[in-house]
Amino acid sequence: MQKFDVLNGVAAPLNIVNIDTDMIIPKQFLKTIRRTGLGKSLFFEMRYTQEGKELPDFVLNKPAYRKAQVLVAGDNFGCGSSREHAPWALLDFGIRCVISTSFADIFYNNCFKNGILPIVVSPDDLKKLMDDAERGSNATLTIDLPAQEIRGPDGGKVKFDIDPFRKHCLLNGLDDIGLTLEKAASIDAFETKNAASHSWL
Amino acid sequence: MSEIKMAKPRTLYDKIWDDHLVHEAEDGTSLLYIDRHLVHEVTSPQAFEGLRLSGRKVRHPEKTLAVVDHNVPTTDRSKGIAEEESRIQVETLAKNAKDFGIEYFHERDKRQGIVHVVGPEQGFTLPGTTIVCGDSHTSTHGAFGALAHGIGTSEVEHVLATQTLIQKKARNMKVEVTGKLPKHSTAKDIILAIIGEIGTAGGTGSVIEFTGEAIRDLSMEGRMTVCNMTIEGGARAGMIAPDEKTYAYLKDRPRAPKGALWDAARRYWDGLHSDDDAHFDRLVTIDGANLPPIVSWGTSPEDVMAITAAIPDPDKIADEGKRQSKWRALDYMGLKPGQRMTDVELDVVWIGSCTNGRIEDLRNVAKIVDGKRIAGNLAYAMIVPGSGLVKEQAESEGLHNIFLAAGFEWREPGCSMCLGMNPDQLKPGQRCASTSNRNFEGRQGYKGRTHLVSPQMAAAAALAGRFVDIRQS
Ligand code: SF4
Repeated sequence: MQKFDVLNGVAAPLNIVNIDTDMIIPKQFLKTIRRTGLGKSLFFEMRYTQEGKELPDFVLNKPAYRKAQVLVAGDNFGCGSSREHAPWALLDFGIRCVISTSFADIFYNNCFKNGILPIVVSPDDLKKLMDDAERGSNATLTIDLPAQEIRGPDGGKVKFDIDPFRKHCLLNGLDDIGLTLEKAASIDAFETKNAASHSWL
Repeated sequence: MSEIKMAKPRTLYDKIWDDHLVHEAEDGTSLLYIDRHLVHEVTSPQAFEGLRLSGRKVRHPEKTLAVVDHNVPTTDRSKGIAEEESRIQVETLAKNAKDFGIEYFHERDKRQGIVHVVGPEQGFTLPGTTIVCGDSHTSTHGAFGALAHGIGTSEVEHVLATQTLIQKKARNMKVEVTGKLPKHSTAKDIILAIIGEIGTAGGTGSVIEFTGEAIRDLSMEGRMTVCNMTIEGGARAGMIAPDEKTYAYLKDRPRAPKGALWDAARRYWDGLHSDDDAHFDRLVTIDGANLPPIVSWGTSPEDVMAITAAIPDPDKIADEGKRQSKWRALDYMGLKPGQRMTDVELDVVWIGSCTNGRIEDLRNVAKIVDGKRIAGNLAYAMIVPGSGLVKEQAESEGLHNIFLAAGFEWREPGCSMCLGMNPDQLKPGQRCASTSNRNFEGRQGYKGRTHLVSPQMAAAAALAGRFVDIRQS
């Protein structure tokens, strides 16, 4: 997994609430058996006509945001289907950080497994960051994970919270499975105990 | 004299959590043991690929069950799957299951069906277990008093390799549905009303336990419908304490314990309920006795109203982002504030899904459409059973004859138009009464318009060609 440390990039505003994972990557792209190549289909229905022609009004089609690395979005981002294709598509497009007031649980988890940092901010801070993002390529955001801080173009700062374990994994690009396998002895012990107490399983 | 220390009262969720805790770090990051793992073709290929790349094995192949559901056509499958990408995904699951020694129900196996219908049907789903699947509607299995939730593909790989999941404990939330449901209201109306009340993010970070007379009165099928859509309320999982109905449903199912093991399990299951004084972080009460049939009008499952109500006016919403989103939804749906759903013509009626594709749902539909015909303005009306066993049961009761005589299409089991990964899809602009769980933009087909309802409401709508208040018919 790619490490996440300090990111400085263009932030794209997407001021819609309840952006679900069907909107992030519709079903027709779930037939892949790979993790890569989904970036061009990110936000397909908002981004293209049915024939695949770009809709110029959609934020990621505007020249200033074509290389956005940060997404600033409305409440409850990533709700709906558990598809990890959603973070895969974001990552493949180049988005490494999503900022919102709230995220759906599964999407939030999935981000961390892919080196994407989801940041929860207050509604007031979101509004401010949305305004920053509206200024396009002139307004980059700096996402400083070690300092747990977003720095805006005018020197404004927004602090954010993150679970220490997840922060550690992101900073070091650690693979969860490897970490868990280090606890194999605890899993073995649990299974032995359980075989006795839950014989019916 | 030694003091007798009273154990802290615990919720059902607390109990299952405690009994599956393998390891807990100081910051609360926990390793949770997973008893049961369901796998389908869409969210698993990359997980198996990951195992291969890292040379890892599946720790307990016998604790995983694989089935194809999302991609399979619902027409005759004896000649294989025409669509190439779908076929590759299905073949990939077959190969992965074989290579890693996992039991697999292929598309011509009569036990095949939607993963969340199959698990309970096989007795793979059991009270007090932890169940995961790379699918958000895994919450369905909570109806049996299991802790069941959806996971992403990286987590699928993690479970395959370690039989555990890294988790932090969620908050406890209780939703009590009081009173006896009125005659025409159903489990679907209960859960739609709950989502309308708490919103699609209302349960975020929580596990919901459903309680109350209206929940107790539900059949297992109805309880599955409620737990199924818990995810639409944003909660990690939904659960209902097991009782005699749960046991009666599970007894003698193929994968359920038998004989002395069943008795041992029963003793354990009897302790699976929240203690009287257990602490819930949030409590929501819904008046079940006065619950009307519900219909969704927008593009989020929280956009719901009573069938007799008028579509709300987004301009009354203070928050700008929300207001714009609701206008966007109305625009997408081709509707206006103040309109009534009973005045709007439908194009398609679709009955099925892991929410409402079980035998009880089909029986309820049959009661309404028996001896009648679907309306002429519909392009078609389709019924897709949740599994091969549901189909077989329905046919043994002659329900398919009722459906066919009424003009419905009667299909092979699968997810079908719940998400339209197979050829069953809405055309742009088509308006559909659907018993599924998501009315998202494009969910049932590009620019398709979905209204979520109960099977009874869908059946009545099929006859009228528009929504009707089933209490009046
Ligand atoms: S029926 Fe629909 S919601 Fe259920 S598993 Fe299939 S696609 Fe998902």
